[in-house]
Amino acid sequence: MRWKSKRGPMGKWSRRAFITSGIAAGGVVVFGVAIRRGNRTDKVRSLIAGANDALFDIWLKISPDNSVTVIVPHAEMGQGVHTTLAMMLADELDADWSKVSILEAPSHKEFANYALAKGYAAGNVDFPAWLIDTVDGFFFRATQVMGLQITGGSTSVKTTGQFAMRVTGAAARAVLLEAAAEKWQVPVNQLSTRDSMISHHASNLTATFASFAVAAARIRLPAKPVLKRSDQLRIMGTSPPRTDIPAKVDGSAMFGIDASLPGMKYAAIRAAPVFGGAVASYDAASVQDMPGVRKVINLDDAVAVVADGYWQARQALDRLHVEFDDAGNSRWEQSGIYRQFADDLDKSAAAGSEEIDVEAGDAATGLRDASTVVTAEYRVPYLAHSPMEPMNCTAWVHDDQCELWLGTQNPLGFARDVSNALDIDLEKVTVHNQYLGGGFGRRAFSDIAVQAARVAADVHYPVKLVWSREEDTRHDHYRQASISRFRGGLDASGNAVAWHNHYVNKHDPEEAPHIPYAIDNQRIVYTESSTHVPWGFWRSVDHSLHAFFTESFIDEMAVAAGRDPYEYRRELLADQPRFLAVLDLAASKAGWGQPLAKNSGRGISIHRSFGTIVAEVVDVEVIAGELSVKRVVCAVDAGFAVHPDGMAAQMESGIAYGMTAALYGEISIRHGAVAQSNFHDYPMLRMDKAPLVETHIINSGEALGGAGEPGTPPIAPALTNAIYDATGLRIRELPVRLHDLGQTDHRESDIA
Amino acid sequence: MLISLRHSSGQRHVIRRLPHCEPLEYGYNTMITVHINGSSHSIDVDPKTPLLWVIRDYIGLTGTKFGCGIAQCGACTVHLDGSPVRSCVLPVQVAAGKEITTIEGLGNNHDGLHPVQQAWIEEQVPQCGYCQSGQIMAAAALLKDKPLPTDADIDSAMAGIICRCGTYPRIRKGIKRAAHAINALEVEAGPDG
Repeated sequence: MRWKSKRGPMGKWSRRAFITSGIAAGGVVVFGVAIRRGNRTDKVRSLIAGANDALFDIWLKISPDNSVTVIVPHAEMGQGVHTTLAMMLADELDADWSKVSILEAPSHKEFANYALAKGYAAGNVDFPAWLIDTVDGFFFRATQVMGLQITGGSTSVKTTGQFAMRVTGAAARAVLLEAAAEKWQVPVNQLSTRDSMISHHASNLTATFASFAVAAARIRLPAKPVLKRSDQLRIMGTSPPRTDIPAKVDGSAMFGIDASLPGMKYAAIRAAPVFGGAVASYDAASVQDMPGVRKVINLDDAVAVVADGYWQARQALDRLHVEFDDAGNSRWEQSGIYRQFADDLDKSAAAGSEEIDVEAGDAATGLRDASTVVTAEYRVPYLAHSPMEPMNCTAWVHDDQCELWLGTQNPLGFARDVSNALDIDLEKVTVHNQYLGGGFGRRAFSDIAVQAARVAADVHYPVKLVWSREEDTRHDHYRQASISRFRGGLDASGNAVAWHNHYVNKHDPEEAPHIPYAIDNQRIVYTESSTHVPWGFWRSVDHSLHAFFTESFIDEMAVAAGRDPYEYRRELLADQPRFLAVLDLAASKAGWGQPLAKNSGRGISIHRSFGTIVAEVVDVEVIAGELSVKRVVCAVDAGFAVHPDGMAAQMESGIAYGMTAALYGEISIRHGAVAQSNFHDYPMLRMDKAPLVETHIINSGEALGGAGEPGTPPIAPALTNAIYDATGLRIRELPVRLHDLGQTDHRESDIA
Repeated sequence: MLISLRHSSGQRHVIRRLPHCEPLEYGYNTMITVHINGSSHSIDVDPKTPLLWVIRDYIGLTGTKFGCGIAQCGACTVHLDGSPVRSCVLPVQVAAGKEITTIEGLGNNHDGLHPVQQAWIEEQVPQCGYCQSGQIMAAAALLKDKPLPTDADIDSAMAGIICRCGTYPRIRKGIKRAAHAINALEVEAGPDG
């Protein structure tokens, strides 16, 4: 098989880092990883410039009271990453979990100026090309392997956890043992560790980690400490309570929107409704005398009102009449966008100018020789992220510096963009990351931070800028709308012999449209068809649409072959044992094959994303056109579930997010702007419609995969396949609510 | 758990006009006194200001969240004389003189946490956590009304509070766990407890 890629190869990152330790004030001993001084590449130089007083990244502190503090460099947005990463370090260290505390990498000078980037580079990992781009000042590519302080791409555990947390824990344990062996004058291999204690059983000696920590810090750390085998793990694989939860039940958790500074004022903002538009005119005097109003600020493509209170700012903004120009983009309509996509697909197919994802065998011949050819065209709309916490940022520009308080998935990128916008040095920008009230990819985009910084640069006090929900809905970076066309060839026995897929607009990850099925002749191609709508990473990114396309179409091929959709997939996955195990587990737990009640249907799907394979089975009931989603059974193989309950929570979450989009999600363009505005016209899944979700985990021992995103892709096709099973209606356009399920059996018309 | 799939064709992109605020009066000259979590605060504020912003920006209690501003998402839910209300659309003057309880005041003085909050920890309900103050306030109000709620009771009481992380199955479990805890306490304390 030939995998053609438009991407360059990943840059190989040679080992320039080492593990180190030191003694800090108060007898606290710290361990971590560092870039070797004097051996920096140009690429990394800017990352660590100004951090010369920080020799190492601190991942672990052991205090004289034998407590252990783990410093976690990722943002907590509900995925439990703080707890999970700390578990990985604590397990390798053999720490007493009850004495482990967790700190998100603070805005402390030890961590300032991206010292954490150094630590990330310590592992034997291929340094991702996008990270080099980030360092160079280009926008980061979140959907490839991620780490650093960027949170997203379902990678915190599989990169930071594996390559920084576990390595540091194991190395620290090794030197603690060596120090104990030295002090007790016993062979190191006779020592054992447990619950932050070291024991020598033969001589009945036991002492705390802390009692050896200072001596241990003077010992050279092993460059490649031995990690535990899976049967030696004590903390990983269990589900201790998440440490961020208590603050999230009593109102004390601090999100970006909760930041408060002395003398702070508030800002409300309205951006040009048509993407690409700009402020043409407004009359600031019309609101200048309103209570509390301080200033009206023109940001070129938006107008902000600063006032003493947020409500006052909103009132003034509502009254302020602003004329925007539309940069000629008000000609865009949703129907026209779909028409353009279809035209561009037609034209590039006719000209043979498609870009190639996969070319295997000879799909054209396969289709020509096929007994049956199945064809289908699918489409999906734009989607907004709509995290519950609207975009907001508190900014304070003082003493030639800019400080920002907000929740971000990419503090490094935000700081860079703000430094560019204000034309100040990167070192002069400090990001104080807060809890994220939902991320889903939205909080990887710095627009809000740049706006807040520009507003703050125009006044002499801190300003909290908060978007309205309407602004949040209409000025997102959207999951792309798309059309995807398929032709599938079946031989006389119904076996799949050819797969031809042509779709518009590719983003990331590049493997999203790939299929795991053993079909000899495959051609997967795409055509770019650009619009003026800003694009963004949306939970699972391209997987969110391609799983719907491919897992619907394989279902259509099974139906055309007269075969059971589960059995049909099984046969095509015969040489893929991992996929097969996940598929079988989901099917068996769901009771696949057992008869269903009248008016009910069951659908299945399977998809791999971010290194994790997920299969989902959905049970629905459709009575008089009313759909009820009864149950979702999910099977997941992420290699190993470090925190199984957290893994289950992420599956539940990914399924709810994907189901919301599948049932209701539609952002449409009218006169160049987003037609929807708030939850009344961009509805969300709610308690009364939320199905039961059961998650079953397979620990296959394969390489760790992600958790935050892989639950999302399979839900839309599992749902629509279930609707087909119940009603005979094949849904090829999302969301489901566009379709009338009241007409019964459509089955006959579905086979081309 | 019924999802309406009917749509009237041609009506797909109707934009409803949002409730528009009435023009502000210039100058307030009105002190409003609000009672929150057992404390009284006198505030010089436009009486039409939604209670949410008074709670957050004037009193500084930030556990109550802004989500939509049009009473669609429930993140701003607080108790007004014991009943759940959407503080983002409730003018502060309506709340004046009444007892307001926010997430910060929900627990009692003995053991700190309300049984709903305790159950939320035990069921590991929150993910991002942003909506959970609203969820917990709605759940606490439900349990006061219906100490042993059915699934249908839970659906109707909780459907107004959106969670984008999809914690609904855990919220349901959390409510049931809290109901058991509350009822066990009441049995222990006797009928008058």
